[in-house]
Amino acid sequence: MSLPSPSVLPLSSTNPTNPPLLSLTGIVKSFPGVRALRGVDLRLDAGEVLAVLGENGAGKSTLMKIIGGAHSADAGTLAIEGQEQRFQSPQESRAAGVAVIYQEFNLVPALTAVENIFLGQEVTTGGFVARRREREQVAALFRRMGVEVDLDEPCRRLSTAQQQLVEIAKALIHKARILVMDEPTAALTSHEVEKLFALMRELRRQGMGILYISHRLEEVFTIADRVTILRDGGNVSDCPIHAITRDQMIERMVGRPLDQEFPSRSAKRGGPRLEVSGLRRGKAVQGVSFQVHRGEILALTGLVGAGRTETVRLVFGADPRDAGEIRLDGQVLDIRSPRDAIEAGMGLLTEDRKLQGLVLRHPVRENFSLPNLRRWCRRGFVQRRRERSELDRYIAALRIRLSDPEERVGNLSGGNQQKVVLAKWLARDCEVLIFDEPTRGIDVGAKYEIYLLMNELVAAGKSILMISSELPEVLGMADRILVLHEGRITGEITDVAHATQQQILQLAHA
Amino acid sequence: MPEPMKPARWLADYGMILVLVLLCAFFSAVTYSEQSPTGEAAARQVVEAVLKAVPKGARVLVVASDQPGDAVFAARVERDLTAAGARVLATVTGEPRNAREALQKIQSAGGSMDAIAATRVAGGWRLITDLASDFSSLGSPRVITPASYRWPNFLKSENLLNIANQIAVIAIVAIGMTLVIITGGIDLSVGSLIALSAVLAAGFIRDQAGGMSASTGGMVLGCLLAIVVCGAVGGFSGLMITRFAIPPFIVTLAMMLVGSGLAYILAQGQSIYQIPDSFVWLGRGADLFGLPNAVVLLLVLYALAQVLMSRMKLGRYLYAVGGNAEAARLSGVPVRRVLLFAYVASGLLAGLGGVIMASQLKSGSPTYGNMYELYVIAAVVVGGTSLSGGEGRMLGTLTGAFTIAVIQNGMNLTNVESYTQKVVLGLVILGAVLLDKLRQAR
Ligand SMILES: Nc1ncnc2c1ncn2[C@@H]1O[C@H](COP(=O)(O)OP(=O)(O)OP(=O)(O)O)[C@@H](O)[C@H]1O
Ligand SMILES: [Mg+2]
Repeated sequence: MSLPSPSVLPLSSTNPTNPPLLSLTGIVKSFPGVRALRGVDLRLDAGEVLAVLGENGAGKSTLMKIIGGAHSADAGTLAIEGQEQRFQSPQESRAAGVAVIYQEFNLVPALTAVENIFLGQEVTTGGFVARRREREQVAALFRRMGVEVDLDEPCRRLSTAQQQLVEIAKALIHKARILVMDEPTAALTSHEVEKLFALMRELRRQGMGILYISHRLEEVFTIADRVTILRDGGNVSDCPIHAITRDQMIERMVGRPLDQEFPSRSAKRGGPRLEVSGLRRGKAVQGVSFQVHRGEILALTGLVGAGRTETVRLVFGADPRDAGEIRLDGQVLDIRSPRDAIEAGMGLLTEDRKLQGLVLRHPVRENFSLPNLRRWCRRGFVQRRRERSELDRYIAALRIRLSDPEERVGNLSGGNQQKVVLAKWLARDCEVLIFDEPTRGIDVGAKYEIYLLMNELVAAGKSILMISSELPEVLGMADRILVLHEGRITGEITDVAHATQQQILQLAHA
Repeated sequence: MPEPMKPARWLADYGMILVLVLLCAFFSAVTYSEQSPTGEAAARQVVEAVLKAVPKGARVLVVASDQPGDAVFAARVERDLTAAGARVLATVTGEPRNAREALQKIQSAGGSMDAIAATRVAGGWRLITDLASDFSSLGSPRVITPASYRWPNFLKSENLLNIANQIAVIAIVAIGMTLVIITGGIDLSVGSLIALSAVLAAGFIRDQAGGMSASTGGMVLGCLLAIVVCGAVGGFSGLMITRFAIPPFIVTLAMMLVGSGLAYILAQGQSIYQIPDSFVWLGRGADLFGLPNAVVLLLVLYALAQVLMSRMKLGRYLYAVGGNAEAARLSGVPVRRVLLFAYVASGLLAGLGGVIMASQLKSGSPTYGNMYELYVIAAVVVGGTSLSGGEGRMLGTLTGAFTIAVIQNGMNLTNVESYTQKVVLGLVILGAVLLDKLRQAR
């Protein structure tokens, strides 16, 4: 069912006599009810960054898991430097020189960054863990990555972005020839992304082959040498980066052209709706005040650790605040728990879907209903027909790809999981919606649908408070932008139409 | 919206039932053996045969041994034969010696005899089979015994009811345990609460409600009191777990010691048996179609629990809290209240279990419920509920409880030693969970 497309170029190699660093041919992989990969080919040469693109559920992560030994293919071959490999476990793949950063985090929450990074491959002397040596190596690596992560905190206390950095460090700490990166930047801001790219360029110079997955296309143009595009578990395109335009890329991924990335909107801004003043908690949030108006999308941006997520968690009652007043429509709210906030008409889409957004082992339907049960319930009994029809509506609206609403949500692809989290809050019909990285891991086509829904909401007089690390998204969607730095608001941009990424970055660095 | 069930899911939900059915089939096959009807059924059969052989004015001797049901048999045969116009010369229940005395009496009185109506055992006595050698003057009366048939001991209705009665307490307590385990917790205190409840109920009836002459109202009050106290203990555990974030294992381990100790103190280490006979209504009575009252209660409670877990908001919340408490909290689920509910329910049901046990045994003792927490947890786990929370089915637990009871009962019937039984039971629990894991891994 692949389109007869002239864009499928023969796989070209810089040096045809040498076998490629990594080559996959005819990879097939099925899960109960889905054919995730139907004969995929891929080649990666030493010293190149190959971007793997495709819609949510196209099969990218599945392919990466096969390379990393986490899944085994039903059919097809995998060769490293011409030698056929059959990985039975991640260990075997690692031994063959493959390092993988998976899309979903695999950190032990109670262990520190250092312990997680060396988990299973501890540096030892005489049976004892050489903690000092490990620590020094990690500290050096983080310095090279140009980021700061507390090495002694258990990982569960780190922010999502910091956890992502730990995941990256885990893959980089050991020498590898092939580096697989499945959406490594989804939780990072442009600052960290730049540092990461610098490091990737250095690794490429040293002859490493890098597979890079991202839904942020501008990043792909910055870092990739070549792109491979998958659709519905098959190849649709493979070409050098300079031979393809952004629009062609989107068209091949989605299967149809997308003339606009951000839908236009004509919502009228009303009076203030959510008013927050003097919000504080410890060092993370040090006196934040702002207002969100009726019919407005307000964006909060800043660097990782600037206190954006912490601020909205305080507003939502997810963490207790030291001080601060929250008013909705002029009324002071006594919010002590998320339940209070939800009752008052707020909703929070958390940045971390795995730990905070979803019950991974439960069906899509139950996850979708969780915040909505109170309304879909009569005398304690769930109205299942209503539940199902609402769910069907959102599956269609957000194009959630699943084989069955009773499927465990953990089996969906990353982007489709994110859509389920979005759906559960969109269905809640909140007056004020707080979106923390709402389009994290979502493909361009689906992003557009989500932006449309956001526009519909504000047009209906609702208010949206959005955190996003993706500056084009902030500039494309927000009516007003607040920039945070070290727990304080350091700037406001009201004329978004004429703002630039540079301007935001300057404010963010304060 | 009716949906066709996929076979895989059907097996996942009901696979345990299949195992249970197979177990029943196995034990039926092993215990398939010769059965003789006893009691009323045997009597009816024999009377019919006697009347057919000697239609009018038969002179009959009725002989039965002293096994359970034999007295009923003898009385019924005598009554029915007399009513049909036959003449019962004598009715003997006991040993061959008694029968010989009766025969001698009949012989000395003179006169013939047409038939001997006997149970299968009595019909096999040498005295009866060789009647002609000792009592030739009586003629040659026919010996009529009930016909035997083949049927598994396991499937006899007494045995099935026996299983149900044995399992009632464990199965009822397991409802609460399932709730708790689905939230990701554990309740080790249920065994002690069974004892505490039994002692409280029995003690109240003895000391406050008039002992042997207690009224129904007094007994009901005692039982309610015991159940409520156990619910309060569960609530206390729940508060410790939700307010102070102490792990459930530790809190309920502590409450297990406290509960057991309290039971001993209250009972002063003794059994309390000064209770009216009518107290056994709940544990031994059978008012509905011959079903024991405890079993009826069990079925009603499971039906309610199943509805709660599958149809109600609270049920969804219980699963969500166990599946990912943080995600549930951020979705507006009142996590603490949901947890509290689970522990209170577990306490209440353990209290009810204690009352049923006291009623079954017509006494209350601090030794009741010893190790029951482990059997209850085993029932829940064998039923497919995951100890890591978020998953599990009420009907699974019921199946699990029955599976354990059937295995125990089957081994009793096949004379497996009790030590061996423990080994087998342990392996079965492990096997059941292993099976579940393999199924999930597919
Ligand atoms: N463990 C699993 N069990 C069942 N189905 C799965 C499993 N893993 C993936 N799938 C299915 O395979 C398909 C491809 O998923 P995959 O995660 O590879 O997509 P992806 O291209 O990485 O998408 P995204 O951009 O959203 O991360 C999806 O339809 C998904 O539902
Ligand atoms: Mg993916």
